[in-house]
Amino acid sequence: MIEFSPMISVEGVIYAGAIGLVAIGALGLVLCSHLFRMLLALEIAESGANLLLVLTGFRGDSVAPIIGYGPAGAPMVDPLPQVLVLTAIVIGVGVQAMAASMLIRIYRTYGTLEMAELRRRMELDTAAAAGIPAPTSAQAPAGGRPLPPVPAFRPTHAARVRES
Amino acid sequence: MLTWIALLVVVLMLVSAVLVLVLGNFVAAVAASSVVGLGLSVLFVMLQAPDVALTEAAVGAGLSGVILALALRRLGLWHLDEGDRGAAHPLVPTAKETDSNA
Amino acid sequence: MRNIASLMFTGGLVFLLLVIGAQLAFGHPGMQVGAEYLRVAGPELGAANLVTAILAGYRGFDTLGELSILFAAATAASLVLGHRRSDARRDPTGGLILRAGVELLFPLLVVVGVFVVLHGHLTPGGGFQGGVVLAAAFFLVMLVDPARGLNHALIGWIEGLAGAAYILIGIWALVAKGDFLAVMLPTGVMGNILSAGTLPLLSVSIGLKVGSELAGLMANLSDAEARDQ
Repeated sequence: MIEFSPMISVEGVIYAGAIGLVAIGALGLVLCSHLFRMLLALEIAESGANLLLVLTGFRGDSVAPIIGYGPAGAPMVDPLPQVLVLTAIVIGVGVQAMAASMLIRIYRTYGTLEMAELRRRMELDTAAAAGIPAPTSAQAPAGGRPLPPVPAFRPTHAARVRES
Repeated sequence: MLTWIALLVVVLMLVSAVLVLVLGNFVAAVAASSVVGLGLSVLFVMLQAPDVALTEAAVGAGLSGVILALALRRLGLWHLDEGDRGAAHPLVPTAKETDSNA
Repeated sequence: MRNIASLMFTGGLVFLLLVIGAQLAFGHPGMQVGAEYLRVAGPELGAANLVTAILAGYRGFDTLGELSILFAAATAASLVLGHRRSDARRDPTGGLILRAGVELLFPLLVVVGVFVVLHGHLTPGGGFQGGVVLAAAFFLVMLVDPARGLNHALIGWIEGLAGAAYILIGIWALVAKGDFLAVMLPTGVMGNILSAGTLPLLSVSIGLKVGSELAGLMANLSDAEARDQ
């Protein structure tokens, strides 16, 4: 296990943490049925991605990119990923506020935030707006087309022979 | 030495992230997401990025929690006790408070 | 079945990230553009905080894009939430602890926010961080007394004027030097407040715009009607 020893460094630990956050966020997005929890999971995945970005600029034994922070002439970490992540964090909170507003609107209109119940109520709403009856099955959501008429039963010649 | 501190903060952050998705009470889930933001801010300081740490502490641990908590109140999901989930309207005082005043 | 598919999707995503990340040189980045910025930004702009120097100086146009995204998000959120009926029920006022705490915290938060905004080019900080602190300070006052509300007209004016100031400084640089949002004004001695050209002015305009925008957004969110109000 010699090749694992470089991973037990600050970069390796934080790298594992960032990928773990992205994985937890992605799992939450796909598995949760409540819309609010999906929003929280999206925020976690975003944090993981930001951490990964700042990690790419890290250099061991360097100081922050501020003149006067460390001894003069010391090597500094890469400032460019930090600038990008600063922008990304602020935009992330704007997106979260917008998503929260949309959730409030959905709750005000439909009264629920669970995905299955919400889908059912939206289908009822759509059917009522289109003027068609509510969908009863998944295979025929618009109520299906009428079945062809069943031909009347006429006994065959062999059955008539058998009876007589 | 620094590696062990980073390991501790990363473990705390991942456990809080799992708790966000698992906890039933939504107020606790929002608090756990603030803890994730706080752990992230400490990691940013360790990665020698103080500007990003300031922004994450102010925005991720502070403002984002406030926005989500305000949304929770409007969504009817603000319940502080596990017991009366769905029992009382969240904006009127619960029966326990009015009984103690009477 | 859905759970298995979700686990496979997440496993594939993690595998992809691990494989891509293992090829990156963590700890020894290439730093081709970053090294050039580090070498040049200090003497040329006179700012001690190189992240703010890049954010408002070399990449000021991207910051303008970020300000417009924030503006779009805040405006869209207030449009989606809609107007509140004047007779809808309000939240109860804050308790004793909140009132006493806000009386102590509000001046401190305003001082810290203004300090962080003004010293954006010297110490870690800048327009965004200070703006968020200022927005939180003004929102705390609203939490204590929800019936008072914020003056949305004043917030709109501050936000608009701060954004216009950012763009006007850029156009002034375009007219004078030929580059939009180039750094004007003499750079001065590094370490003074009045150094680094127009960077403090840009930080102040960013701070005012972000602060008023986020305060208005949170006021809208807390004003929104609940379902049975």
